[in-house]
Amino acid sequence: MTLRLAHNLKSAYALDMAFIRTRQQWGWLLGLLVVLVVLPLFASDQILTVLTIIGIAIISVHGLNILTGYCGQISIGHVGFMAVGGYTSAILTAKLGWSFWAALPVAALAAGVAGLIFGLPSLKIKGFYLIMATIAAHFIIIWLVLQFRTITGGPDGMPVPKPAIGSFVFKTKASYFYLVMAITLLATFFATNIVRTRAGRAFVAIRDNDLAAEVMGIRLWSYKLQAFFVGCVYAGVAGALVVHYFAFASVDQFPFMDSVWYLGMLIVGGMGSTVGAIFGAVSLKLLDEAVTIVGPILSAAVAPQAAAALALFMRGLVIAVFLIFEPRGLAHGWELIKAYFRLWPFSFEDAD
Amino acid sequence: MTFFLQLVLTGAALGMIYALIAIGFVIILKCSQAFNIAQGHFVMIGGYLGFTFLVMFNLPIWASIVLAIIVAMIMGWVIERLTLRPLVGQPELAVIMMTIALASMLEGAATLIWGAQYKTYHGVLPSFTLKVGELSIPPESLIGMIVSLITIVILLLFFRYTKFGLAMRATAEDLKVVQSLGIKATVVFSVSWMIASVVGVVGGILLGAVSGAMVSLAQIGLKAFAVVLLGGVNSIGGAIVAGIILGVLENVAAGYLDPLLPGGGLANVFPFIVIIIVLIFRPYGLFGLARIERI
Repeated sequence: MTLRLAHNLKSAYALDMAFIRTRQQWGWLLGLLVVLVVLPLFASDQILTVLTIIGIAIISVHGLNILTGYCGQISIGHVGFMAVGGYTSAILTAKLGWSFWAALPVAALAAGVAGLIFGLPSLKIKGFYLIMATIAAHFIIIWLVLQFRTITGGPDGMPVPKPAIGSFVFKTKASYFYLVMAITLLATFFATNIVRTRAGRAFVAIRDNDLAAEVMGIRLWSYKLQAFFVGCVYAGVAGALVVHYFAFASVDQFPFMDSVWYLGMLIVGGMGSTVGAIFGAVSLKLLDEAVTIVGPILSAAVAPQAAAALALFMRGLVIAVFLIFEPRGLAHGWELIKAYFRLWPFSFEDAD
Repeated sequence: MTFFLQLVLTGAALGMIYALIAIGFVIILKCSQAFNIAQGHFVMIGGYLGFTFLVMFNLPIWASIVLAIIVAMIMGWVIERLTLRPLVGQPELAVIMMTIALASMLEGAATLIWGAQYKTYHGVLPSFTLKVGELSIPPESLIGMIVSLITIVILLLFFRYTKFGLAMRATAEDLKVVQSLGIKATVVFSVSWMIASVVGVVGGILLGAVSGAMVSLAQIGLKAFAVVLLGGVNSIGGAIVAGIILGVLENVAAGYLDPLLPGGGLANVFPFIVIIIVLIFRPYGLFGLARIERI
C-alpha cells in the first residue's frame, strides 16, 4: 500500500511487524473506506453488481491463494467447495429457517470439512495427481448435489432468502454491496495475516520444497490439511455470498470452468501475494465485463455464438500470455512501480 | 447374462477409444514431461474435423481421416512451438496451467468456428449390425475398436523399430543424455505433441461418429485421465489395459446402477470415483513406476 517505505525508522520490533506501518498506509486505507462507503450513493446498479461480484471473487481467490499460491497445493476444484458452502447456507436458511449470520459460519465450516476430505489424497500425491483429485472432487460434489434432489432441488435449484438484520433486509444492490465489501475487507485482513503466522511460513516452506520442509520438522500432513481447510473456508464464504446474492441456488452457478478461471486470476495477479489475488480478481472480472459489452456487438456482426466463444478464448489467451511473459503476475509489476517511486530520483538502491 | 455380455462388449469397444486418447497423453508426458490437460480438446477438435470433412466437404472416409491427420499434425506443431516451448525449464505448475489455458482457447476457437450446436454425422459410416449369437455389435463400436487397434499397433511399431521412435524413447528415459548424444530434444518435443494431437483427433472422429461432434466431447479427456492414472502415468501398455477395464466397468456400472439412482448419470461421475480411489490407494497406478524423491 505504501509507496515510500524508506526512512521510516522504527523504535520497536512490534512497530515493524504492525499490519499498517506508516501514516501513508493509514491514509490509503481511510481513502479506500471512504470511497467504498460513498460509492453506492453515486454508482449505478450495474456498476454495483460488477463490484459485488468482484468482491466475492476476491474472497474466493484469497482462499485459492493460500492453498495454491502459498502452500503449493494446486486445486481445480475450488468452485466445487464454493458449491458446498453455497448449498449448506441455502439449505440452512431456506429449509431450516436459520438466519444468514448463523448459516454463514456453518457454510464456511462445511466447505472446510469438504476440503479436508478431498485434501486427504494430498498427503501422498502432488502436482498433476492432486489436480486430478481436485477435479474429481468438483464433479463428485456437483453429482451429489444433483442426487439429493429432495433437499437441494436437484437440477431445478432452490430459492434462497436474502440476508437480514432484524427487519432490515439486504435487498437492494447497494446494501448487498456494503455487506460483500465488509466481508471482503475482513477476508483480505485475515488472508494477509494468516500467511504471516507460523502456519503461513510453513506453507511457503512446503511449497518451495516439501521434502526439505519435512526434514526441517514441519508436519506435512498437518499443514497441508490446514491449507486445504483455510482455503476451502474462504471458498465456502464466497459460495454462500453468491447464493444469497442471486437469492437462488443452482448448480449452474458453480460451473467447472470457473475453477480454472480462479486459478487464472491467481496467475495473472501473481501467486503467493495477497495483493496479487486482488489484482487478479479485479482485472480478470473487468476483462469479463469488457467481453460482455463487446460480445453482443460481435454476436450481431459475426455469429450468435461469438460472444461466449470470445470469452473462453480471451480467458485462455490472457493466462497463456501471462505465463510466458510475466509469470510473476501483476503483483510483480506493482512491486516495480513501488520501487520506482521509493527510489526516485535514483534508479537503484544505495549499496549501503 | 446377455445384457451383461452386451455391456461388456460395448464397454470394451469404448475402452479402446479411451485407451487411444490416453496414449496421446502418456506420449507427451514421457517425452516432454508435460501433463496435457487439453488432450480431451484434441478429441473435440477431431470430432469437428470429422464433421467438416465428412459432411461439409462430403469426402470419403479415408480422405477425411488423412486430411484430419494432416490438420492435427499442424495443430500439434503450432501449439508446441507457440505455447509450450517458451515454458521449457519452468515449474510443473506453469506447464499444467498452460495446457489448461490451451484447453480454454481450443474450446473457444472451436465454438467460434463450428458453432455451439450439436453436429452429427451418423449416417456416414457404413451401417450394419454384426450378430454373434444373441449379442449385437453396433457398427460404430466395431469400427472404433478396429481403428483404435490399428493406430495403437502402428504407434507401438513406430516406437519399437524406427530410429526416431528410439530417440523418443531415449528422451523419455533421460533428457540430458539424449542432448549430449546430439539428438535434438526440441524436435522430439514437437513430434510428441504432433503424435498426441493426431491420436486425439482420430479418437475424436471415432467418438464423433458414435455420439456426434460437440464441445462436451472434450469431457472425454477427463475419462482419459482416469485411464492414465489407473494404468500408471508412464506406461503405454498400462493405458491400454486400464482403458478397457474402465470402459467395461463404466458401462456395466451405469447399466445396472443407473436405474436405481434418482439422478442417474453415473457414467459421467464414475471415472472420478475411480480417480479418487486410485489416488488414495495406489497413486502410481497399476503399471506405473513408484517415484523415489530426493532432496
